[in-house]
Amino acid sequence: MAKDIREDISWAQINSDVLKSLESPRPMYWVIIAIALAMFSLFVGGEIYQYRNGMWVSGQNNPHVWGLYIATFIFWIGMSHSGTLLSAILHLMHADWRKPIYRFAEAMTTFSLMTAGLFVMVHLGRLWQFYYSVPYPNERGLWPNFQSPLLWDAMAIFTYLSSSVIFLFIGMIPDLAICRDHLHPGWRKKLYTVLALGWEGTDRQWRNFRVTYLTVACYLIPLAVSVHSIVASDFAMSQQPGWHVTSFPPYFVAGALYSGCAAIITLFIILRYVFRFEEYMTLPILKKTARLTFAIAMVWTYLNAIEFASVWYSHDQASKDVLIQKATGPYAFAWWGMIICGSVVPLALAFKKVQTNIPMLFSVSLLLNMGMWLERWMIVSPTFSHGYYPWTWDHDQFPSFLQWGMVFGSFGWFTLLFMIFCKVFPSISMYEVKEMVYHRSLASKMGGKGGH
Amino acid sequence: MSVSNLLANWSQFRQAHPTEGDFHKEYKWAMAIDLDACTGCNACSVACYAENNIPVVGKDRYARGHAMHWMRVERYWDEDNRDMPDQGAQFLPMMCQQCEAAPCETVCPAGATNHTPDGLNSQIYNRCVGSRYCSANCPFKVRYFNWWDFPKEENVFADPLPLQLNPDVTVRTKGVMEKCTFCVQRLTVAKHNARNEGRLVQEGEVQTACQQSCPTNAISFGNMVDPESRVGKQWKAQQVDLAADKQVKDAGDESHEVGEHHSGTQLRGYRIFEELRAYPSVMYLERVRESAV
Repeated sequence: MAKDIREDISWAQINSDVLKSLESPRPMYWVIIAIALAMFSLFVGGEIYQYRNGMWVSGQNNPHVWGLYIATFIFWIGMSHSGTLLSAILHLMHADWRKPIYRFAEAMTTFSLMTAGLFVMVHLGRLWQFYYSVPYPNERGLWPNFQSPLLWDAMAIFTYLSSSVIFLFIGMIPDLAICRDHLHPGWRKKLYTVLALGWEGTDRQWRNFRVTYLTVACYLIPLAVSVHSIVASDFAMSQQPGWHVTSFPPYFVAGALYSGCAAIITLFIILRYVFRFEEYMTLPILKKTARLTFAIAMVWTYLNAIEFASVWYSHDQASKDVLIQKATGPYAFAWWGMIICGSVVPLALAFKKVQTNIPMLFSVSLLLNMGMWLERWMIVSPTFSHGYYPWTWDHDQFPSFLQWGMVFGSFGWFTLLFMIFCKVFPSISMYEVKEMVYHRSLASKMGGKGGH
Repeated sequence: MSVSNLLANWSQFRQAHPTEGDFHKEYKWAMAIDLDACTGCNACSVACYAENNIPVVGKDRYARGHAMHWMRVERYWDEDNRDMPDQGAQFLPMMCQQCEAAPCETVCPAGATNHTPDGLNSQIYNRCVGSRYCSANCPFKVRYFNWWDFPKEENVFADPLPLQLNPDVTVRTKGVMEKCTFCVQRLTVAKHNARNEGRLVQEGEVQTACQQSCPTNAISFGNMVDPESRVGKQWKAQQVDLAADKQVKDAGDESHEVGEHHSGTQLRGYRIFEELRAYPSVMYLERVRESAV
């Protein structure tokens, strides 16, 4: 089997390769930035239009009070999970192949959470009163409703977001010091000097660093699980048919890891090309990511089947009707699209030829994410068109162009933040790649023993 | 504003049950609607529009699902093959059921919808952020969101309609949720008058707009705590219990399906979706006409 990384690669080489990504990416980088900017302006324009005119422009109505905004909100929250999987869970499990790719995955976590937060705001009827739903201290002693899953949501997301930013930052400190020491004077040098927190690489600093990093990693894992369980509670805690499902929290977490892994493959391929990271983001690592995605895809498929089966055997006619409507009603195209993209397409990842074929993997990963987005839409919308109350059954609802535009535009916002991050900060962890190379060269000297 | 304040409020909130303690001491507003008397004339709906300053949205917006009818008269048919489209319709006036364990109240992130001691499900427009979770979780879908900036929209209150706006009721701004209040403005006035005279509100002293306008007297409304009230007597006669999730009428019925109960008794009183345990404050009286199911 091919090696995850070349063992004879020198430490100075690693520094210069990664630092180059801060200076001169391929022209494709600027193309991506321009497209992302255009998409984001669409988003901003849409939001201004909606803010001025009221929520009717989104095409929602009674009873369809939630639409693509909430579905896309779940999608982005879900995408944030794999950053933590790669950086924290695999860190604890000593899977060292994660080292060249966890930094960008962690950045993906942060930025997709920020995108998700955007959708909560966009969804609100009175955006300017957003702070009412946050437990801020005020002289009137007015608190939000602590029973509401939406409030838990707000708290869980803020906690997860702040913790992932801290985790991302802590893991970057030794690399920021490298940037500080190697770059020309300028605003960037000042930035790195401040952020590196006086890192000198002393033994004491390394020891404290390791302990801190491990502690935050351990802290982050339950957070990651809880945040999507709580998003699931928005639905599971409600009373509506199709939402009131006990298995929703694990189902959401599996779906989250799944879409996150698929997104990691997509971004892996883009970064590898744009920043010339072929030496570090190697095909064997891509292969491992693809296998991980395959495994999670199967877990998700299993949980999906459990959900359908439990609805079927519960004899809860209302929930059953919603399920039947999903499969045969006006949403059938999206529902079957979800099944095909989410459960059938990943089967391709079982083939070794696909696991290392970049164009194939790229298209498969996009399809998987489309399937996962459809899944979120299929959780939110069908319940509104076929709830308990027959008089409100309205199957013809379809989101307006504005909603679709905002969903589309949010990808621009995410890409913009992510690409700017990758240009300003080292998107490969230099010090950990050095460790990886060192450990593996040691292992090969010892004749294959002692390595991971 | 302190943590102890928060904890005290929280513990009080957690332990209070809407049918115990200070709740329902003097008043429990409730309703009974006789479907056998209802002719589907929509007078209740019109009266509700007039009383509560509800925007009249027009045909196009109605078609978009933006109608604000707090009180709506629904039509249902037993059979599909009929000679004329409206033949044999059965009517169901539907408004906020003022549930005792309202699904909307627990989910509002801002606490904009709450339970009052006299058994109403209140809505605080100023506190609403427009997350629409309450509507999402309402089994009856009787909450209406201000999708438009209605007071400012043309033709919603076209001249001379502004002259008939009720000064006791606010007009709602865009982005807030609203719904039937059991004409809380009338209840408040009646309660204040009674309190000034050192007594409780008497039966017949206060009416909701829909009740007042119903030509067949199908709607009765009043204080359930008052043993003399018509509504209280009706609930009693039908053996409908506010705190039960299955009524005597459906006692022999083993069905657990939502909305699939069939009576084996002569009783007619039922509440919609008892199984969901929202404990609504509106009792409906089943039709007794031959065509009724």
